[in-house]
Amino acid sequence: MSAVPGQTVGPFFHLGLAYDGMNELVPPGHPKAIRLHGHVYDGSGAPVPDAVLEIWQADPQGHIPRRPGSLRRDGWTFTGWGRAATGPDGHYQFATLEPGATDTGRPPFFAVTVFARGLLDRLFTRAYLPDDEAALATEPLLTAVDPARRPTLITTREPDGLIFDVHLQGPGETVFLTYPRLRDAWS
Amino acid sequence: MESSQADINREIAAAAQQPGGPQPKIDYPPYRSSLLRHPKQPAHLVDPESVELWAPVFGHRDVADDEADLTIQHAGTPLGERIVVTGRVLDGDGRPVADQLVEVWQANAAGRYRHQRDQHPAPHDPNFTGVGRMLTGPDGTYRFQTIKPGPYPWRNHVNAWRPAHIHFSIFGTDFTQRLVTQMYFPGDPLFPLDPIYQSITDPKARDLLIAQYDHDVTTPEWSTGYRWDIVLTGTHRTPLESDIEEDNA
Ligand SMILES: [Fe+2]
Repeated sequence: MSAVPGQTVGPFFHLGLAYDGMNELVPPGHPKAIRLHGHVYDGSGAPVPDAVLEIWQADPQGHIPRRPGSLRRDGWTFTGWGRAATGPDGHYQFATLEPGATDTGRPPFFAVTVFARGLLDRLFTRAYLPDDEAALATEPLLTAVDPARRPTLITTREPDGLIFDVHLQGPGETVFLTYPRLRDAWS
Repeated sequence: MESSQADINREIAAAAQQPGGPQPKIDYPPYRSSLLRHPKQPAHLVDPESVELWAPVFGHRDVADDEADLTIQHAGTPLGERIVVTGRVLDGDGRPVADQLVEVWQANAAGRYRHQRDQHPAPHDPNFTGVGRMLTGPDGTYRFQTIKPGPYPWRNHVNAWRPAHIHFSIFGTDFTQRLVTQMYFPGDPLFPLDPIYQSITDPKARDLLIAQYDHDVTTPEWSTGYRWDIVLTGTHRTPLESDIEEDNA
């Protein structure tokens, strides 16, 4: 069957996609809350003020959440999914928990989807935690990409959490991903 | 200098000469905002792993039934042509995507969004927000009632107009199927002029974004009906029993 093609999220996505608490997978006051944040930049290095990022992640024990409640958060259930729009300065942020490894010996990551006005189809990437250097050094995806571009897939640790910038184009362009069934559907 | 529609038409025609396949070309200069916002490096092919093999779960605690009716969100009735849009969300192998979230947003009948950035001098409708949410049923069916949106101008080039459309956000059963797209209405005269629609250079693929008028969805003395089925890409994980509803056929 032929997959339906994507189209840009457009300039008015806040109307349909924004809701209270969308970027708070846990309340910011949660004792284990971290801030995952960064900027989205275009090919000239200018911030992108109308992008939206979604993250999908395991919980700290490495379990993949299978519970509803991301749209109406109860403050207790960790659903593993959130959405954040960039502000006028291209900055986005999430309050969340650090994902654990879902597979022993593998470095944990956030699965990330990026949408923006001007971007005709959504982009996929990963944001790895930076801490387990041994696991990162042997991670198949990271070893397969150009070493100069590898850092675009790894978050940077700071006191309150993690920084992950997205460069849609140009120097430091983020490594974006595709998957076999996408390639097959559209080859 | 700003481009004219004739300039854009020439660029659209030129881009159509290069086979681009059924995806939108993310590098598509006729859509001016895309120039600095598309990656130039090819996407890196990876086998999905871990959370990428699963999708977030949404349920009735997330979405109330009345969120699928965009015509009852205010005290009065919105102006315009009342329509019902329905169809099925299927994965690339034809399996229904059950119990999954569908989000929609759109302009009102006059072509105006209820959004601060929409400066089109067409009237707002105090009785229309233009936002809906729903969950798919066991057979992947979604259905909502709304007002047919109007076409609207934008600043891509001089006299640029978008064909009437409804924005859709759809989840599959794994992360890789995530889709945001736009549904169009049959016979829109603006199709050949619109660089967003034409960024899909394969005409058969473009057609997949057009709903069909369906008289069986139309209801007497009430609303007209449109059907639009949404086929996602294939899943990478063999669905579990619990992902699949019994097929009574
Ligand atoms: Fe739109």
